[in-house]
Amino acid sequence: MSDALDVLDQVGKWKASGKGVAIATVITTWGSSPRPVGSQLGVDDSGAMVGSVSGGCIEGAVVQEALAAIKDGKPRLLDFGVTDEQAWDVGLACGGKVQVFVEKVN
Amino acid sequence: MKAETIAALQAARSERRAVVLATRLSDAAEALVYRDKAEGPLAGDAAVVAAARRAMEVGRSETVDVGGAKIFLNVYVPPARLIVVGAVHIAQSLAPMATMLDFDVTVVDPRGAWATTNRFPGVKVVQEWADEAFNKMGLDVSTAVVTLTHDPKLDDPALEAALRSDVFYVGALGSKRTHAKRKDRLKEAGITDEQFERIHGPVGLNIGAKSPAEIAVSILGQIIEARARRLEALLAPKVAAA
Repeated sequence: MSDALDVLDQVGKWKASGKGVAIATVITTWGSSPRPVGSQLGVDDSGAMVGSVSGGCIEGAVVQEALAAIKDGKPRLLDFGVTDEQAWDVGLACGGKVQVFVEKVN
Repeated sequence: MKAETIAALQAARSERRAVVLATRLSDAAEALVYRDKAEGPLAGDAAVVAAARRAMEVGRSETVDVGGAKIFLNVYVPPARLIVVGAVHIAQSLAPMATMLDFDVTVVDPRGAWATTNRFPGVKVVQEWADEAFNKMGLDVSTAVVTLTHDPKLDDPALEAALRSDVFYVGALGSKRTHAKRKDRLKEAGITDEQFERIHGPVGLNIGAKSPAEIAVSILGQIIEARARRLEALLAPKVAAA
């Protein structure tokens, strides 16, 4: 819990300082996903990140969607298959699939 | 997510209140579901609130289907807490080991010479009588209480308060003979046999522990077991009464 709330602490600060902010949350996992359900990534409108949803495999794509969500205000549901190869590249000897929900902080 | 939702989650953390954030994935509508109330646009949906309370009991975040709508339930439960009554030798092993296991540890002892942060680096040390300390801290289902002082004047009030709460584990150091005498005293204080049976005493798993560190391991093994059994019981399919 402390992990997730540390992310929300930073997100709250960004929001209070007037920045556009989005939160991405791992909502479903299959197989051996790097991060458990409930893991969160906060993104501000400059692309700064706090937290993680995968340990590196998919953060780039999630940040793009987060920036789009900050602009249009619409929530997004993203599906990622983390292949064994990709996982290996970031130092995780495992595969898995994750579903990530991205929403703007209002 | 709303900025107010973040503030509410932060407040729940500082008060050690369990809360579930339910989010409808189609439109990001939310409800904050506590044990005793629910707030937000989704709070009027009884099925969502019921699903959130169940996720809270089990302590696991998940996505569920409620009447055709996908709802993500993010569970925020306070970290398990261990309250050690008696800043004694065994406590000096128990506190760091429990910290390593992610317990939020507090050592309580009214005796100033014992309850020093020097003897317990990195954990909270409260120099108060246990019942007073418990009143301020608030005992809950994610708390375990262990008494170690060997002194009825210090242990008994702590056990009384713990047995009248819904903490998930109560353990008391002392031999079988000590434990039998304890039963008589607590009975006089109004503790029922059923309540008394919740005490793990003599404390710890029977692994032949001798040294303070070994005893700490046996106590923590028992606490881990108690927590796992409780979770298993919650997850078990409910059998309808005949």
